[in-house]
Amino acid sequence: MKQPTPNVKKNTRRQAPETRPQRSAGAVTARTGVSDRWHSWLGHHREMAVESLRRFFATPLASAMTALVIAIALALPAALQLGLVNFQRAVAGWDGQPQISVFLHKSAREAAVRSYTEGLRADPAIVEVTYISPEGALAEFQEASGLGDALAGLDANPLPAVLLLRPRNTDSGELEALAEKLRDSALTDAVVLDMAWVQRLAQLTELGRRLSAGLALLLALGVLLVVVNTIRLHIENRREEILVVKLVGATDAFVRRPFLYSGLCYGFFGGLLAWLLVAGGVALLSGPVAGLSSSYGSGYVLHGPGFPYLLGLTAGAALLGLVGAWLAVARHIRAIEPR
Amino acid sequence: MITFDSVNKRYESGQDALVRVSLEIERGDMVFLTGHSGAGKSTLLRLLTAIERPTRGSILVAGQNLNRLRNGQIPYYRRNLGIVFQNHQLLFDRSVFDNVALPLSVAGCSKRELGRRVRAALDKVGLLHKEKQNPIVLSGGEQQRVGIARAVVNKPAILVADEPTGNLDPQLSAEIMQLFADFNAVGVTVMVASHDLELVARMKRRVLTLQAGQLIYDAYLGRRAQP
Repeated sequence: MKQPTPNVKKNTRRQAPETRPQRSAGAVTARTGVSDRWHSWLGHHREMAVESLRRFFATPLASAMTALVIAIALALPAALQLGLVNFQRAVAGWDGQPQISVFLHKSAREAAVRSYTEGLRADPAIVEVTYISPEGALAEFQEASGLGDALAGLDANPLPAVLLLRPRNTDSGELEALAEKLRDSALTDAVVLDMAWVQRLAQLTELGRRLSAGLALLLALGVLLVVVNTIRLHIENRREEILVVKLVGATDAFVRRPFLYSGLCYGFFGGLLAWLLVAGGVALLSGPVAGLSSSYGSGYVLHGPGFPYLLGLTAGAALLGLVGAWLAVARHIRAIEPR
Repeated sequence: MITFDSVNKRYESGQDALVRVSLEIERGDMVFLTGHSGAGKSTLLRLLTAIERPTRGSILVAGQNLNRLRNGQIPYYRRNLGIVFQNHQLLFDRSVFDNVALPLSVAGCSKRELGRRVRAALDKVGLLHKEKQNPIVLSGGEQQRVGIARAVVNKPAILVADEPTGNLDPQLSAEIMQLFADFNAVGVTVMVASHDLELVARMKRRVLTLQAGQLIYDAYLGRRAQP
């Protein structure tokens, strides 16, 4: 088609057949080579990736709002998860081992108590036995409670001697059996199994984990719907373009591509914002948390969302965006057929 | 090149748009399709461009049976067609060049080849100097010529036009028609739907006339009528 015809209207009226006789047998449809197509396919991907970014930033406010909705939806479960991790880490500093407190009769004689203690120390089911004398208990109580003066006025020490036992086997059945055995002794007044808090802690942690998982699932669904809706609007806005492109022979994949990249874009920036939100939240909370933990005599520092969170949030959100875009495109592009 | 074999098209509303239409168009032919609005011109073109499928009968284009065309094959089939619309269907969010380049980028043409072919097509319609402009600033006739450049940029074997002169004055209409005749002269099979009987008569080509979905006239206007 290199014919120099600046003035097609008149000049070529009768000349065309004579100047190009070899074509008069019929037009030859343009063919495109495989390698060309491959390069063009890659090129189109690159083009669409850049184009989706350009479109994202072309309407900064609208895009930011969509990304922020995604970010908030993702930041909630991410923050909960991070809180859980921090909680477990803080608690891990404590001895998670169950403890048995054996309160001895006040009337028990010291020699009997000593031999009983020795007997327990020899018991293979018990790892450690700590004896706290009534005086020791009182001193500890005076110090911890701040009631020093009031307690000093007491005639007699009201506290019994206590044996703190660390059992070897932490299985709850075994612990109960051990506690029962201790109760049988004539010396013991009461046996308290410090199991409850361990169990409660474990259950609380489990509850938190399930809550965050459920919330994550629900909010991921929310993100999906947000992306589906946003991409649906994009498709509506570009309806005419889709029609034309389809009529000139675009495959569904070609039509789909820019929208999939847009979904990816929304997801990615949503994830990035979510990470920033969580990181900001941690920065806000780390001061008070450090104060609180130091008041408990612990040097615990709040752990922020590190690189794994950044990776997980952006990749996960991008994937959600892609899936959402795919759902929107599958539903709506098929509906746009040339009429 | 194009064969309709007793093609029926009935829409879901129960309206019969085409009734037992049979026709044969040779390779390299130029044919006008006329008839009142609602006679079935657009339906016939929609069947030809695989936008719709016939209710009965078969359509063969370049040896390919459109009834057997799977949905996934339709894009590849359309790449062999050049389609010109009445309202030109240009995209105003991009330049004239990018509009014309659309069929090529869709088909996966290399950048260099694309530039060469787009300029050749624009040159052909006499708008090479406006390639960088937005089509919205062009006149109606120029817009239609951009639409034609887009239709021929892929060097299709068949050019289909639906009322390409619908909104143009007689002078411009004649120019556009001449453009189609030029493409036909280099071997492209051309089918133009138009209700402008005066213009059609002046072109002295084969004319098909539809009425209420039926083919009622098929002859070479201006030459000796053929049965």
